[in-house]
Amino acid sequence: MTPQDRFISIRNVDKYFGSFQAISDVSIDIGHGEFFSLLGSSGCGKTTLLRMLAGFENPSSGGIFIDGQPMTDVPPHLRPVNMVFQNYAIFPHLNVRDNIAYGLRRQKLSGAKVNGMVGEMLDLIKLPGYGNRKANELSGGQRQRVALARALILRPKVLLLDEPLGALDKQLREQMQLELRELQRTVGITFVFVTHDQEEALTLSDRIAVMSRGEVLQLDTPTGLYERPVSREVASFIGTMNFFDGRVTGSDAAGLTVDAAGLGTLHIPGPKGAFTDGDTVHVALRPERFELAGEAPAGESGHARGVVRNAAYLGERSHYYVELEGVEAPVAVSAQNGSGSSFSVSEGSPVWLKWHNEAAVVLRPE
Amino acid sequence: MSDQTLQTRSAPVATQATAGRFGRLMQRSEAARGYALLAPSLIFLGVLILVPFGILLVMSFWTASGFGFDTGFTTANYQKFFERPIYTALLNRSLFISGMVTVFTVLLCYPMAYYVAFHVHRHKMLWIVLMTLPFWTSYLLRVFAWKVVLGYEGVINSALMNMGLIEAPLEFLLYSQQAVIITLAHAWAAFAILPLYVSLEKIDKSLLEAATDLGDGPVRRFFRITLPLSLPGVISASLLIFIPTTGDYITPALLGGPDGAMIGNLIQKQFGPINNWPMGAALSIILMLCIATISLVFILLTLFVRKRVS
Amino acid sequence: MSGESYIRRPNRPLQIYAVVFLILLYVPVMFLPLFSFNDSLYVRFPLEGFTLQWYGELFQRDAVWNALWNSVRVGVVVAVFSTTLGVFAAKAITRYRMPGKGPMVTFIMLPLVVPLIIFGVALLVLLSQLGVALSLYTVAIGHMIVCLPFSIAVLIPRFEGFDASIEEASADLGENAFWTFWRVTLPMVGPGVVASLMLTFTVSFDEFILAFFLSGTEPTLPMYIWGQLRFPQQFPSILALSSIIIFVSFVLVFAGQWINRGALSGSAKGSVS
Repeated sequence: MTPQDRFISIRNVDKYFGSFQAISDVSIDIGHGEFFSLLGSSGCGKTTLLRMLAGFENPSSGGIFIDGQPMTDVPPHLRPVNMVFQNYAIFPHLNVRDNIAYGLRRQKLSGAKVNGMVGEMLDLIKLPGYGNRKANELSGGQRQRVALARALILRPKVLLLDEPLGALDKQLREQMQLELRELQRTVGITFVFVTHDQEEALTLSDRIAVMSRGEVLQLDTPTGLYERPVSREVASFIGTMNFFDGRVTGSDAAGLTVDAAGLGTLHIPGPKGAFTDGDTVHVALRPERFELAGEAPAGESGHARGVVRNAAYLGERSHYYVELEGVEAPVAVSAQNGSGSSFSVSEGSPVWLKWHNEAAVVLRPE
Repeated sequence: MSDQTLQTRSAPVATQATAGRFGRLMQRSEAARGYALLAPSLIFLGVLILVPFGILLVMSFWTASGFGFDTGFTTANYQKFFERPIYTALLNRSLFISGMVTVFTVLLCYPMAYYVAFHVHRHKMLWIVLMTLPFWTSYLLRVFAWKVVLGYEGVINSALMNMGLIEAPLEFLLYSQQAVIITLAHAWAAFAILPLYVSLEKIDKSLLEAATDLGDGPVRRFFRITLPLSLPGVISASLLIFIPTTGDYITPALLGGPDGAMIGNLIQKQFGPINNWPMGAALSIILMLCIATISLVFILLTLFVRKRVS
Repeated sequence: MSGESYIRRPNRPLQIYAVVFLILLYVPVMFLPLFSFNDSLYVRFPLEGFTLQWYGELFQRDAVWNALWNSVRVGVVVAVFSTTLGVFAAKAITRYRMPGKGPMVTFIMLPLVVPLIIFGVALLVLLSQLGVALSLYTVAIGHMIVCLPFSIAVLIPRFEGFDASIEEASADLGENAFWTFWRVTLPMVGPGVVASLMLTFTVSFDEFILAFFLSGTEPTLPMYIWGQLRFPQQFPSILALSSIIIFVSFVLVFAGQWINRGALSGSAKGSVS
């Protein structure tokens, strides 16, 4: 690993609030220029971890390094990081220009230089001419941009973002996601982004750490998390996942053989971790990995017979719930409409489900 | 189902139609209901504040004659005020003492309010109640207590003499301006803390974190964020102390002596031993105008400074 | 959040300052009870010895009992009237949009700021011009001027503290304005009402400045004390009387504030964490 890959290094960090352990033994390396997300539901410790990077909390044990420097005894105002707060924390008694220029004061620049830098920032965040606006005259999206500019103008080594899009409505949020990603590529600064929205994390991030109960469950790229979740918890947190109870009946170099309730016997290629014969496992398959067919499909792919319990037309796609024999929960299926292969399906009609065994993930039960 | 709802819905409509015009006005206009609820308090205070002030104002243009009044209009009382230096001197001294009291009280209370707003996490309520408790209790007795403390043979003097630190009682403790300033500052402290505390408590903690994140140490952060944002509390605390203390007469009467007398004592004497009510009325009006002017200038000044700073 | 976080980490000097501040706030008043048990005519160190003599003397004095009875009567009347008016006014101020509300509220709160001597002399002038004799009634009217804004100030946070939709729900469920107020509003603001009664009673009971100008031949307790301050030989028994009054006032105010602490904590949001 090069130092560039370990631009931020979180080493065996624990954090206790009284007797409550908010973070337990977290180690993460974040590369230079990476867009890194901490993803988890509220109370999982993601914000605490971010605040430790900013210096507002100190680790109970373990260490944090930024660009090779230990951060333990560095107070927040001297750290080479800046933060975009969840509520943006725009100073209400200052106008937009003074908010953006706030942190420049230490650098003792001339007024003209400061104005120039603020002007550049206003252009960057697409709010030219807003310098004299009062904080209370800004919309949610504008406040968010000012908070970004205020942090970026200091050229921090790392920009921390604490759910910065959470307060915006859906449409604006999607637009800001695009802008944020673009901005990060323009400025080339390492972003550490906290969110509870898995879709947002998948859209924006180079890599994601999924957190729960103060631990990192999985650290991977968006594709890795989605396609190869390491546990049932991660699999159900990211997107929708169908789980089938199963048992390993054989394993060899080519892969595993699993008997799964409702799906029958599956040959799943590739080394799937240390499973031995007789292990109880979950077989997980994404809804879009299934296809519906009117008649029994021929060929190598897996297939099973079921009955459609529920069908919902969503325009681009349709969602179905299919009941399989031997499976308690109906199987969620998401099919693209207008792909030609579709046939008319209505509630109550018998169908065939088919899938490719390579798409199945074998997980240990929890 | 729908029939039933229709029937039950129509019942109140019918009763409403039978109610008088007043009832309908109440039903329709939110403002009218508000005014109706506020009216008793407003009328009560209106009558008991505005009418007496009107008469006070009128009387200030009368003159005393024997046991009655000469009701002929004259500005003699006001002329007298400006002609005799003792009056203006007393007024100036009152304003000076109140100004000192205001500065001391706000300076001393600010850290206290700051502590409770930012550093007390448990039993916060208890702290607030304990800080403000003395304010609600007898002003006379709190001043009286200071007389006991500062008196010629009082707590401080007798304790110091007992310990052999001084030979004779310290005379400046009692019957001096210092005694008045100390007592007033102490008596009004509990009143100043609440507005300071509320304005500090309202400050979003993430603003302080943001300032720190952007490179400010604790001191700079205080002067750039905390102080400007708590300025409204400082202004109201200052006015809440300055205005009432200018008219105080109990503290100077008990602790001030001749050097510590204030305009309030003069007003009280006009209605008591001197028995010149019109002069007393004129002094009251002058005091009121003075307070109003100073408060207005103070507010405008702080607003102006705040604009300039930001 | 934990006290360890950067902004809220403990600040030792400030903590010491706060404790000293709080102690100094109460110390002067504490000398009154201290010397009231001292077996000496003079208020000075060293203390001579413990006695209950000064308290015993008080009980035998009719004038004290009369003054006490006067103060209680005025206090109760003032507390009930100002709290009643205060409940309506606080509801109007917090619940209804009406033009000119700001100036009206400022006007109502004026007596909290304007020097009381001004109100005292202005009312005195009015009453004498109307030919009304000074009595406990005139004292009560004077006290109402101060206690009504206090009552409203205590009650406003109470009304702000609960959601107006609760009242709307009651109306929706078929109760008219009166019953909604009786069954929903009053129980919700109950602690505020009790606090207002106790606080306004204490303020009136302890009030001196207005009583000084407005009382006739029947003195209130503070007036009685003021009258006795001129006689040095009365000093110890005045200390005893003051101690009792201060103790009762502290208990009443503390209880009132404590009952109403929910409303106070509304202004102290974020304290629970």
